[in-house]
Amino acid sequence: MLRVAEHRDETPWTKTMRFKDAVDARPGQFVMVWVPGVDEFPMSISYVGDRFGITYQIVGDGTKALSKAAEGDIVGIRGPFGRGFSITGKRILVVAGGAGIAPTAPLVDAATKKGVAVRLVLGAKSSAELVFESRCAAAGAEVHVSTDDGSKGQKGFATGLASSLIEKERYDSVYACGPERMITAMADICRKRGLPMQASVERIMKCGIGVCDSCALDGKHVCTDGPVFDLEQLEKFSELGKTRLDRTGRKTGI
Amino acid sequence: MADLGVDLCGLRLRNPTMLASGVLDETAATMVEVARAGAGAVVTKSVGMSPREGHANPCVVELDVGLLNAMGLPNPGIEYFSEEVKAVKREGVTVIGSVIGGSEDELAAVAALMAAAGADAVELNLSCPHAKGLGTEIGSTPEDVERVCRASKERVKVPLFAKLTPNTSSISNLARAAERGGADAVVAINTLKGMAISPEARMPILANRFGGLSGPAIRPIGVRCVYEIHDAVEIPVIGVGGISTGRDALEYIMAGATAVQVGTAVWTRGPGVFKSICDDISRFMDEYGYSKVDDMVGAAHDTRP
Repeated sequence: MLRVAEHRDETPWTKTMRFKDAVDARPGQFVMVWVPGVDEFPMSISYVGDRFGITYQIVGDGTKALSKAAEGDIVGIRGPFGRGFSITGKRILVVAGGAGIAPTAPLVDAATKKGVAVRLVLGAKSSAELVFESRCAAAGAEVHVSTDDGSKGQKGFATGLASSLIEKERYDSVYACGPERMITAMADICRKRGLPMQASVERIMKCGIGVCDSCALDGKHVCTDGPVFDLEQLEKFSELGKTRLDRTGRKTGI
Repeated sequence: MADLGVDLCGLRLRNPTMLASGVLDETAATMVEVARAGAGAVVTKSVGMSPREGHANPCVVELDVGLLNAMGLPNPGIEYFSEEVKAVKREGVTVIGSVIGGSEDELAAVAALMAAAGADAVELNLSCPHAKGLGTEIGSTPEDVERVCRASKERVKVPLFAKLTPNTSSISNLARAAERGGADAVVAINTLKGMAISPEARMPILANRFGGLSGPAIRPIGVRCVYEIHDAVEIPVIGVGGISTGRDALEYIMAGATAVQVGTAVWTRGPGVFKSICDDISRFMDEYGYSKVDDMVGAAHDTRP
């Protein structure tokens, strides 16, 4: 159990929780967050290392209960788990849609720190829902904003903006996290261009440690083989963008 | 080179290791991956007549000595799962279908559907310690075990395995009851009922409060149970509980197990654990002069003073 050191609003629906403790994690890894008496769920790490933290949208009972935690309250943390991003190349493009910025913000931090030139496409529904824009800019990334409603930056999806950046400039590697249709669209673009890519994928997760098969994706497991997969693996997934397992283990349409 | 093949109730397994029920076995693709990683057979998630979501999270607690789980038997129901079994069979994998039911009739009906889907054998889960009305709740007394086995045996032509609970004063009595009821083999042991509490949160960690303990901590209990059962019945015993190395598997085999199942070690060592266990056994057999696994089954019983 860890104590909450800081809990702040990023948007009306998104909060960041930081802890006094350090968690030695790679960007892209996740933790299982236990809200005692309510639920346990996987959450991307949005701050790695000292005062590690998570950034989450309030979407269900678990995150709603978590959102009420005050400084000094205790929260259960297991992990970090899974395979994170690996930073390769001198110039990279990071594409983050909505809550997809949570695991990619520490990637931007780590890459810029290494001296890698980072272009970030930050997509959200509206300007009110943009998270970590100034954090990533301060880290040294060139930030390009897209909003679905055009309230800030380019109007439209992050994929469109990312595609035009890829046409203009050569990248050594592309990183994506966001809605699954965004990931499959980015995978199509990268395949056509011959660009290496890594993306973080989500599935229902129960154990988090490679035992229960709940997060299975064509025989791989998001908790231990992922959540970050490279393009070669993403292309092999027949279920990506099409189906996911429900809590009983039935494939259901996305 | 030693021959690792075993004959189990007429099934020929290329080696004595199987994936235990409940671990990486909800989808066909995963089961095929585990078989490719070296398991001689796979046992499916326990499947019932209707879909079940299982218990809420947290459903596992990681311990130094093993794993405490209360998954709560999540499964997609036998109608849906039949297609998964067929998909595993198409890849040439030996698959044992684990089934659950709230009564002997329901269990027998699911067992029949599992066999009809193509399972090479059916394993009755009479021992899950954390699902209301299922598992151990219909397999805790010899009378229940015998009745439940008999009902399923009437409906199933493939070999029938009874997976028994160690949460009992005499597992030998349960094994004898399974044999009387017509079971072709006994699987021992399932997890031990346990609990973990978070002092900080002042509550049990599992959402279900209690769960089943697996892993290295329970191995001496499992070995003892298999040893006792080997003395009590004529039918084969399949050993399970805390096996992560070839030496662990050999303990079970020499206690009397014809084959072994591995579950929790997949967590600590990954699916490669099956090949690693087989390599260990093979080396041991070469060094100690055994030509086939069967020569070692129950060997520890021959040396009592």
